[in-house]
Order: sequence, then C-alpha cells, then structure tokens
Amino acid sequence: MRVVEPVVELARGLWTTLRMMFDKPVTIQYPEQKKPVKVRFRGRHVLKRYENGLEKCIGCALCAAACPADAIFVESSENTDEQRYSPGDRYASTYEINMLRCIFCGFCEDACPTEAIVLGDQYELSFTDRRQSIYPKEMLIEPVPADANPTPQKTTPGVYTRSVPEMKDPQD
Amino acid sequence: MNFLLVLEWLIKGFVWTLVLLGGFAYLTLYERKVLARMQSRVGPNRAGPWGILQPIADAVKLIFKEELTPAKADKLIFTLAPVITVVPAVVITAVVPWGPSLDIFGYHLNLYIADINVGVLYIMSIASIAVYGIVLAGWSSNNKYAMMGGLRSSAQMISYEIALGLSFVSAILLAGSMRMLDIVTAQGGYWFHILPKWFVVLQPVGTGIFLIATLAEVNRAPFDMPEAEQELTAGYHTEYSGMKFALLFMAEYTKMIAISAIGATIFFGGYNGPFVDRFPWLGPIYIFVKIIILLFGMIWVRATFPRIRYDRLMAFGWKVLLPLSLALVFITAAGIILAQQVNSHLIIVIPLASLLVAGVAVALIDRTLRRKDYARR
Repeated sequence: MRVVEPVVELARGLWTTLRMMFDKPVTIQYPEQKKPVKVRFRGRHVLKRYENGLEKCIGCALCAAACPADAIFVESSENTDEQRYSPGDRYASTYEINMLRCIFCGFCEDACPTEAIVLGDQYELSFTDRRQSIYPKEMLIEPVPADANPTPQKTTPGVYTRSVPEMKDPQD
Repeated sequence: MNFLLVLEWLIKGFVWTLVLLGGFAYLTLYERKVLARMQSRVGPNRAGPWGILQPIADAVKLIFKEELTPAKADKLIFTLAPVITVVPAVVITAVVPWGPSLDIFGYHLNLYIADINVGVLYIMSIASIAVYGIVLAGWSSNNKYAMMGGLRSSAQMISYEIALGLSFVSAILLAGSMRMLDIVTAQGGYWFHILPKWFVVLQPVGTGIFLIATLAEVNRAPFDMPEAEQELTAGYHTEYSGMKFALLFMAEYTKMIAISAIGATIFFGGYNGPFVDRFPWLGPIYIFVKIIILLFGMIWVRATFPRIRYDRLMAFGWKVLLPLSLALVFITAAGIILAQQVNSHLIIVIPLASLLVAGVAVALIDRTLRRKDYARR
C-alpha cells in the first residue's frame, strides 16, 4: 500500500518544471548576439594572400579536381613580371565557387598545394537568386594587407620563380 | 429605467465578451511564455517589447491565410462547427459573478451578467453543447484523423463531465444553492480568522477532481487525446485552416479561461478576499488573480506530464474519478447532516474523510499499476 509516494512523485515532476522556470534561458538572440564558431569550423572559403600582397592561389585547379560536389571552377592565365598576381608561372584568372553545390567538406583545403584556399568562419551565406550563389574571385579573396601593394604587381625578374612555397607542418 | 437596464446588460455583455476574447489572445502569449521559461527558452519576444504584440501578429496571419474546404466535406456543417464550438465557450461564463455590486454615480451596478437560480446546471448544460461543435467538426471534415479526434473528444468529454458534475454537487451541497452568487457568498468569511471559508478547504479532494476533470474537459495535456499529434496529426481540426482554425483555437483557450473562472468561483471563493466588503472594486481583481493562477496551473501541468494512453484515460475517468466523486458526494452530505444535527465543528469530518477516501483511491491505482500484467491489458 503506497499512498504518499505516488503523490510525491507527481509533485516532484511539478517541482522540476517550476524550478526550471527560474533558470537562465539558454537562448542566444541570434542576429544581435552571435556565438563564436569552433576553431575547426568550416564556413565560406577565403582565398589567402602572402604578406606582400601576392595571391597564394596559382590556378592549379587541384581544388576543383578534389571537389566531390564539383562546386569549384578555376581558369588560369600566365603571370608575367610586368603583371604578377601570384608567384610562379600561372595564376587563377577566374575562380568561382557555387555555394549551392558546396558541401563544406574541406577537401579543397586539403588538396591545395599552397594553402591558398581556406574555409573561414563566415556562415551567413543567404542569397535570393540562384545566380547569386556563384561566388566569384572578388568575393572570396582576402583584402590586400595594409602595407602591401594590390595585384597585379610589377616585380623584378627572377625573384618569384617558385610557385609552391617552402612548407612547414601545420602547428595546430 | 427599463431602457437603462437593457443598456447595462448590453454593455456588460459586450465588455465581458471583449475581456474573454482579449484574454484568449493574451492567454496564448502567457502560455507560450510560461512553457518557454519552463523549457529554458525565452519564448516570443520579437513582436513588440517582450512579445506583447505577438497575439496581434498571429491574428493578422490567420486572417490572411487561405481557407481550404476539403472537396468531399459537408460544407454547411464544416463552416458551422467552429461557430458551434466558440459560442458555448463564450456564453458559459455569463453566470460567473466577478464582484459584489458597485454603486457608480448613484447607479447600482451588479457585476454579473445573468443571475440564474440554477447557475451550476446552466454551466453543465452549456459545457455539454461544446461537444457538438467538436464532433461535427471532426465528422464534417471527411477525414479519418479528424473523425477519430472528434470521437475521442466526445467520449472523453462526456466521461469526464460526470466526474465534473459530481464535484460540483459537493459544492452545491455545501452552499445549499445552485446560484453562483449564493455559492460565492457561502465562501465569504474566515475560520480562526486566517483560513478562508473557501470550498477548497472543506472539500480539497473535490477540488482536485474538478481540476483533473477540467483538464480533460478542455482537452488539455496530459488529457489532450483528441489532438494527440503523434496519432491523429491535429485531431478534429486537421482540415481547418485560416480563420476557421482560429475559431476552434479560440474556443479551446476561451474554454480554459471560462473553466478557470468557474473553478475560481465555485472552489476558490470567487471574488472573496481581504477587504472586499469594504472596497467592492477589489472583487474583480481578486477573481482575475485567481483565474491567472488557475491558468498557470494548467500550463504548468502541460509542461510537466506526458500524455496518458487513451484506454487508461477512460479507465481513470470511469473506474477512479466516478466512484471517488460519488463517495465525496456521500461524505459531504453526511458531514453536513452531522454538522447540523450534532455539532457544527463536525464539519471537519468532510475534508478528513475525503482525504482518507482519496488516499485509498491512490493506493488502489498504485497497486493496479504495479501488477505485472497491467501493461499488456
């Protein structure tokens, strides 16, 4: 014969919900408040530059080859010392990513020999038209560092002959 | 003079309807806010400060939504059903007095719309009419889920109406009248100067039965069988959209307010409270606060308990609540006779014996639930 316990059990349930009422809500008021993304978060792609303002991307299209969703389109052109975009022979004259196709797997990042393409922390990727889903090079590329010149640069011949830089193992 | 009386009735009816409809709108916000806080969320807070314009936004959305009528639905009844559901929900509170009479500028104003000498009976009969709307809504949609929802709803509401009515009977016996005003007056005053003479003190188990039966009567969780989403999509209002859906929704929430007002009047002392005899305008405030607290209880229960199985719902209504409330009627009657014939202090027999019987009921439920083969039945 249990008389008090069943009632106490019901009351315990009610007490739990009542107590939770005075807890702090876990809600983040999104557009005003933003939660910082995780270190390894994969957001929108960024095309990196060297410190002197030259683009890291050499237009090899390995990222396009690695892309399982076929989202990347690269067209490369010749660099000259008069009009230099990146070290080495060639640069990406067209670099487009279709954000409707991209699955943010990060294979392009892994395939890139110069660490030019990096998946950044930008995740607010809304657009209202299908054509806006193709992000051209101008949208993806990093702004020129403050103390560097924009591309194309005029460079002294024989300096930027090596397209892939000396690489170190990643630290993090 | 006669014209003034008609005008007074018109104004009171209009004001009370507006209070109910505005109350419905803000009850949805109240419920969403309280539920959200109980689930560690903040709830609607975008439309206006603290979301106070959210009901208006919802109303605008529902008005401009497309209204669909299923091709093989019974069009007349399909259109009529929401109306049949709303009207009883609004008119049921006509007999609830929301304060003692006031004298404004030399005019004697009674703070109730109708003073029927069988007020409790009126409430019971109007509550039964509300079943029609739901059954007709379910049937006329020509949809299996809606039909099932309507059937469940009618079965559930009829079953729990018996327990509800019997819980009213003990209050009627204690007050010695079916007039709502007499019931409220009987609850005025104090025992030992602190304990209010509310019927919840005299008949706590009856109040408990009333609260449980109320949840089933207005189809609220954990007895929201007619609209069990997992089983019946949305139950009887599956096929309704736009303003017709809004009417059904409105009926549901207006019924919540109405039943809370009735509960506050019959068991929680109505407009009685400290100093109400000296300042009559406190009466509406007291009953308002009591309604808010009872509504909070309904929302609280919704946030806490899971929906119970349909057959257990019916078993609980017929095998537990009905015998228990019959026993309570007997105990109340016996206690009143004892108090009248022997000693007026013997009125304490009523709460004690009621709690004893309720204890036996709880023990029996517990034993049944613990039987090994119970789940397979």
